[in-house]
Amino acid sequence: MGTAEILANREYKYGWVTDIESETIPRGLNEDTVRLISAKKHEPEWMLEFRLKAYRHWLTMKEPRNWPNIEFPEVDYQDIIYYSAPKQKAEKASLDEVDPELLRTFEKLGIPLAEQKQLAGVAVDAVFDSVSVATTYKEKLKKHGVIFCSFSEAVREHPELVRKYLGSVVPTNDNFFAALNSAVFSDGSFCFIPTGVRCPMELSTYFRINNSESGQFERTLIVAEEGAYVSYLEGCTAPQFDRNQLHAAVVELVALDDAEIKYSTVQNWYAGDETGKGGIYNFVTKRGKCAGRNSKISWTQVETGSAITWKYPSCILLGDNSIGEFYSVALTNHAQEADTGTKMIHLGKNTRSTIVSKGISAGHANNSYRGLVKVMPRAENARNYTQCDSMLIGSNCSANTFPYIEVMNDSSQVEHEASTSKISEEQLFYLMQRGISHEDAVSLIINGFCKDVFLQLPMEFAVEATRLLGLKLEGAVG
Amino acid sequence: MNEMLEIRNLHAAIDGKEILRGINLKVNKGEVHAIMGPNGSGKSTLAKVLAGHPAYEVTAGEVIYDGKNLLEMSPDERAREGVFMAFQYPVEVPGVSNAQFLRLAYNEKQKHLGQEELDPLEFKDLLKEKAALVEMDASFMARSVNEGFSGGEKKRNEILQMAVLDPKLSVLDETDSGLDIDALRIVAEGVNKLHDKDKAVIVVTHYQRLLNYIVPDFVHVLSAGRIVKEGGKELALELEEKGYDWLKNVKSEPPAIAGGQVVRA
Repeated sequence: MGTAEILANREYKYGWVTDIESETIPRGLNEDTVRLISAKKHEPEWMLEFRLKAYRHWLTMKEPRNWPNIEFPEVDYQDIIYYSAPKQKAEKASLDEVDPELLRTFEKLGIPLAEQKQLAGVAVDAVFDSVSVATTYKEKLKKHGVIFCSFSEAVREHPELVRKYLGSVVPTNDNFFAALNSAVFSDGSFCFIPTGVRCPMELSTYFRINNSESGQFERTLIVAEEGAYVSYLEGCTAPQFDRNQLHAAVVELVALDDAEIKYSTVQNWYAGDETGKGGIYNFVTKRGKCAGRNSKISWTQVETGSAITWKYPSCILLGDNSIGEFYSVALTNHAQEADTGTKMIHLGKNTRSTIVSKGISAGHANNSYRGLVKVMPRAENARNYTQCDSMLIGSNCSANTFPYIEVMNDSSQVEHEASTSKISEEQLFYLMQRGISHEDAVSLIINGFCKDVFLQLPMEFAVEATRLLGLKLEGAVG
Repeated sequence: MNEMLEIRNLHAAIDGKEILRGINLKVNKGEVHAIMGPNGSGKSTLAKVLAGHPAYEVTAGEVIYDGKNLLEMSPDERAREGVFMAFQYPVEVPGVSNAQFLRLAYNEKQKHLGQEELDPLEFKDLLKEKAALVEMDASFMARSVNEGFSGGEKKRNEILQMAVLDPKLSVLDETDSGLDIDALRIVAEGVNKLHDKDKAVIVVTHYQRLLNYIVPDFVHVLSAGRIVKEGGKELALELEEKGYDWLKNVKSEPPAIAGGQVVRA
């Protein structure tokens, strides 16, 4: 009794490919590739220098293979296409000039970009392979002084801001994948919320990898000036291909005095098939700097869909009284692997951090939480609360917790709680005895397990996340 | 048709060990049956097999419920068809509110019957009305299912669920265990208020005291997986007085059903 069978997952809903003519550069990476990408984007000299510096450093670095609890085959970095863009008119004055095939693609993904259909209350930047194809509600945001545009546009239109903050949180030599991204990133989103402005709507970027042989290397930079507030959402999908695709993004957040940034992700890249063939390698560096006093950065992530996830959204708590939060649900099924968690670096006085991590593992998947709480000597009265819960479904999967705690100040308080549980036969029977189907019962239990995290998500995202988890686990509990 | 449930020669095992060894029982609409017996006699197993617990394997026999083959239905189908079991040990579901859980269950049943589903506000009214029946405070509705509930609160919550789901056949598995006298009265009164001529109740219990409140029409005594004695409500009193030991010498009777009537001892 109690043996869970792993049945076939429901088909991945976003696995289709858009048939569109693309402009791609030859595969492979060398200094000329970096120069070519920069030239294609008509970048200023300083931007090219930034890339080259990163590239040269990358050459000296090695992939993080030893310490994370993941296994992946050799990645041939010369076999990847580093730039792929749908062919379109150089300058698009309005959405009318965007290729209708692209608009249809995003509409099919549930992200309508046409003015009359736009999601009320959410401004969207849509990124397709290497480039941003459209950003909605730009004019409305402009009235409030909020800048929300593609990264390429930001380099052209707001070079002083980009230059000031780019690489200020994640330096070009931070790690192997961040260095690679810094060298070849092609587009992404830029958000700037000026002093005292509460961004009137949610900002959102939707990433779509379409080309089977290109990697996606996007860059996101969000700056909230004194007293500003912004809530940012990120969503992602990819077609279903047999070969693995590399996604190496960098996200940098900067919060000045009294500013608050809330960053939410629902990640649903293609995870590969049951045997682990295909899927996205998600090697992402996300970090926020609470640079000012009383600032706050909050990461909420729901990770469901990569073959491999290697990701540690972190907070550097530099300003006194600043707050860092990390709420995470990481689900792995079949042959998926995830090594994910956070780093909370306490530098300022009275800084506080909260970590709530919920790992769900099914099939033959391997799910690890890895988190660092570091309290530096100057961080008087720093506090951290960490809660790590793992749920196992079936008996062939595994869950691990690797908490690292480094405290260099006597006045700080660090708490860590961890638990591991299984969906029990009794729980399922109880719910089913009340007329709830097996699948709905599993969903209900999982959603209850994740409640503390889902409560942090904006409403629409919470609904989406709930649906997604149910879908991903269908048939996983026998 | 007056017949609600007919169990014929039911055998069931767990982990290869046979627990039920030929149960025969007929329950008509409007009736209350008590299943009594010493520990390990198979009382709770019978309740769980009727509800479709996956740990038990039915090795022989059949169960006809409302004209249908009950054993072919999954546990959730049985529930939607009106079979309810009040658990001896109600299960905790962290992070899921009582109200959310009950509305989902209620709407599943409504959907199955082709009747109107309720939105959260409408359901709240229904829940409030039903909660009064078992004297449960509204604050329980927002709390996670059974999490941090006392033993008595859990049992009252079971009867609340019974009230909301309005089952045709209710099986109460040791609902009296762990209840103080006040909670016992509240639970029993709740069950009595819900009972009518179109429904049937099977009360599984070790002790007679619950039967002072929920008065059975028939009492069946189980020993080693078989019904060894049957009678009216006075049999329960006799058991209370004499204990179960004297039954050890009673040979299990042949299937106690003749011409569709329960044979009174």
